[in-house]
Amino acid sequence: MSKEPLIAARGVWKFFGDFAALREIDLEVAAGTTLALLGRNGAGKTTLLRMLAALSSPSRGSVTVGGWSLRQSSARARLGIIGHGIWVYDDLTAQENLEFFAGLYGIPKPQPQIDRWLESTGLTRVRHSPAREFSRGMRQRLAIARAFFHDPDILLLDEPFTALDDRAAALLSGLVEQAHAGGHTVIISTHQLREALALATDVAVLDRGRLAFRGPNTPELQAPPEDFYRQFTEQNAG
Amino acid sequence: MNVLRAAFAIALKDLRVERRNREVINAAFSFALVVLLLFSFTFDPSGEETREMSGGLLWLVFSFAGVLVLNRSFARETSNDCLDALVAAPVPGAAIFLGKALANALLLLVLELACLPVFGIFYNVRWQVNFGWLLVVFVLGTWGFTVIGTVFSALTVNVRLRELMLPLLVFPVTVPALMASVQLTTALFSGQPIAPELLWLRLLVGFDLIFTLLGVALVETLLVG
Repeated sequence: MSKEPLIAARGVWKFFGDFAALREIDLEVAAGTTLALLGRNGAGKTTLLRMLAALSSPSRGSVTVGGWSLRQSSARARLGIIGHGIWVYDDLTAQENLEFFAGLYGIPKPQPQIDRWLESTGLTRVRHSPAREFSRGMRQRLAIARAFFHDPDILLLDEPFTALDDRAAALLSGLVEQAHAGGHTVIISTHQLREALALATDVAVLDRGRLAFRGPNTPELQAPPEDFYRQFTEQNAG
Repeated sequence: MNVLRAAFAIALKDLRVERRNREVINAAFSFALVVLLLFSFTFDPSGEETREMSGGLLWLVFSFAGVLVLNRSFARETSNDCLDALVAAPVPGAAIFLGKALANALLLLVLELACLPVFGIFYNVRWQVNFGWLLVVFVLGTWGFTVIGTVFSALTVNVRLRELMLPLLVFPVTVPALMASVQLTTALFSGQPIAPELLWLRLLVGFDLIFTLLGVALVETLLVG
């Protein structure tokens, strides 16, 4: 890789009891890359992404962002994360949710940013209603605002399009494209190959906890799912 | 971000959520009232012996009601995976711990102050006599109980039998703080000056300091698996 890695996982293993969910992962991601993290169910995508998001620590090896351990607050401040949960408080209003996270991310006068994100997610009208009264789509859009509004330069998206309604999916696609155009680094873990390969500059494929492939996204990779995974898993078995 | 500022933000958020749904304070207060009422039927409220065990009785009620408060502390974060949001945020684990402990302690203190007049009526105890010192004891005893409880609440947040596990873990470790609180409260209810009991007060302060530091040091390891 020509550029200095922004995200580096070196010799990473993760054990749950005796089971090794990740086996000696060496993965470097340069700034400005959009990486599609692919693999079948149970391949270890979410485990790796949780580690990159500072939600889990490696059993062996290290993960750094910009050369810093993720236990450093400054490294975590650069991350914008959409995980399996929506990470918003049902008993707080949309405004209060964003105010709370603005406080945690040390944004001194967050109101203009909150206004902008509520506007772009179409939640201005319901800003003072508790999130529990929102429809599923509205909650998802609030989750997107929560993930993006501190202007992170690294986006970690775990199955981000799953269960999104059309409006939220379009919003998220637009934001990911904008982030990529703005030189931000994006890692998307997903089963939706076509969408991921359309967005990605690079591809990493996990197979049973091992990194089976890591390289640029090329036209040769555009294959139907069954063939796509077979080419790497057979390579890995061999 | 400054640890204390983040801790206050987290505590404020917890108190705001509690003000909205009142799921903890209503349950804990109802429970405390029922226990106080049942005990008042069991003991003769005018008896001298009852007054001698008044501190123990009161802290027993506070402890049981306190476990209800502590049980929800981190469990509240499991809805929508909000605990992940806290762990991934650029704040130290110490801020999460202190914020949670502060919110728990304030909720428990409100509960204790609400129970005190009821206790005074049921058990014929003159709690107003040394109220200033009593407040100091309540604050120190409650902080000691909640720092331990907050650590174990973080530890048991993903345990299936959390409601059962938490008291089993919390009560043995909080024995020194509870003993000191009971001794001091009983002495103050009897109208005695605090001076002969200063050793218990020192023990309570030492307990609070040691376990606060331990909690601050341990919580990050507990939260990041």
